Amino acid sequence: MKLIVNGEPHQVSAQSLDGLMIELEFEGEWLATAVNNELVRAAERRECLLQDGDRIEILTPKQGG
Amino acid sequence: MLTLYNKQLSSRLLLGTAQYPSPSILLDAIKASGTQIVTVSLRRETAGGRSGDGFWSIIRSLDVHVLPNTAGCHTAKEAVLTAQMARDLFATDWIKLEVIGNHDTLQPDVFALVEAARVLSDEGFKVFPYTTDDLIVAERLLDAGCEVLMPWCAPIGSAQGPLNTHALRSLRGHFPDVPMIIDAGLGRPSHAATVMELGFEAILLNTAVAKAGDPVAMARAFAMASEAGHAACHAGMLEPRDVAVPSTPVIGRAVFT
Repeated sequence: MKLIVNGEPHQVSAQSLDGLMIELEFEGEWLATAVNNELVRAAERRECLLQDGDRIEILTPKQGG
Repeated sequence: MLTLYNKQLSSRLLLGTAQYPSPSILLDAIKASGTQIVTVSLRRETAGGRSGDGFWSIIRSLDVHVLPNTAGCHTAKEAVLTAQMARDLFATDWIKLEVIGNHDTLQPDVFALVEAARVLSDEGFKVFPYTTDDLIVAERLLDAGCEVLMPWCAPIGSAQGPLNTHALRSLRGHFPDVPMIIDAGLGRPSHAATVMELGFEAILLNTAVAKAGDPVAMARAFAMASEAGHAACHAGMLEPRDVAVPSTPVIGRAVFT
C-alpha cells in the first residue's frame, strides 16, 4: 500500500496506523497523529485501518514561540 | 496573582522556547525568567527519528505549564486540527491559537482566528488567541468563548515595542476584567514595563530573549521589567505636567542678600 507520511511517499505493508509507525520506526513516546486531516488519538491507532493513498501526519514536540 | 482560566500564577511572563543558542541556554533562560508557562509547537517527526524527545525532556524536567501553539497555521481548519493533536499529545486544554494571515507581517487572520476560537471553545479548549489590538475583534473573540486575549504590540519578532499605545489603552479600558497578555513585538525590557504600566496582566515573548547577546540575563531583565511595570500600574503613577514643579519645599528657603 502506498501512503503519504509527513509529506513523503512510502510503500508499506502495515494495515493499521499503529503498524505503520512500527514499520517506519517512529519510536518516540511523544507523538501525535492525524490521518487525512482527522485526529487519531494515541489510544485509537491500533484500530485505525489505513487505505491506499491515505495522508498521515506524525508530529512531535518542538521549540515554539 | 495572575489568573488564567482559573489557574493562579505568580509570574507575569510567558516564555517561548525557540531560537536559543543551545538547549542548556534555553533551560537556564527559563529558570532565570521565573516563568511558569512556556510555549511549544508541534512539528513533523522524521521516520526512524526521535527528534522531539531531547527538547521535550528538558521541558518536562521543569515545573512549568505547557502552552502549545498553532504557529504556522494559515486556516482555521489547520489550526483546529493542530490544537486537537496538541491536546492529545500534551494532555492540556490550553492552546495558543495562531492563524497567520500574511507571510510578511505575520499578522493574524482575525476572521479565521474567531472561527477557530469558536470551534475550539465549543470543544472545551481554553483558548489563548494571538490577535491584533483591534477592539471589535477582541469582542468577537470573547463572544466565541475566549477568556484571555493576547494582542500584539508590534509584528512578531520585530522588537519594535508598543507601536499603538492608544489602541492598547482602548482595549484595556473596554475590557477591564479580561486577562490580557501582550504577545509579540517586544524588544526590550522597557517595552515590557510600558505595556505592564498600561495595565496588561502579562507578557509573552521569545525572540527578544532567545536572540539577546546573553539570553539568560535578558530573561531575568524582562521578568524584573514586567514586575516593575505591574507594580507601577497599581501604585498610582504621576501624570505628565506641562510645567516644572520643584520637589524641594520653597517655604523656609534661606534668603541671602
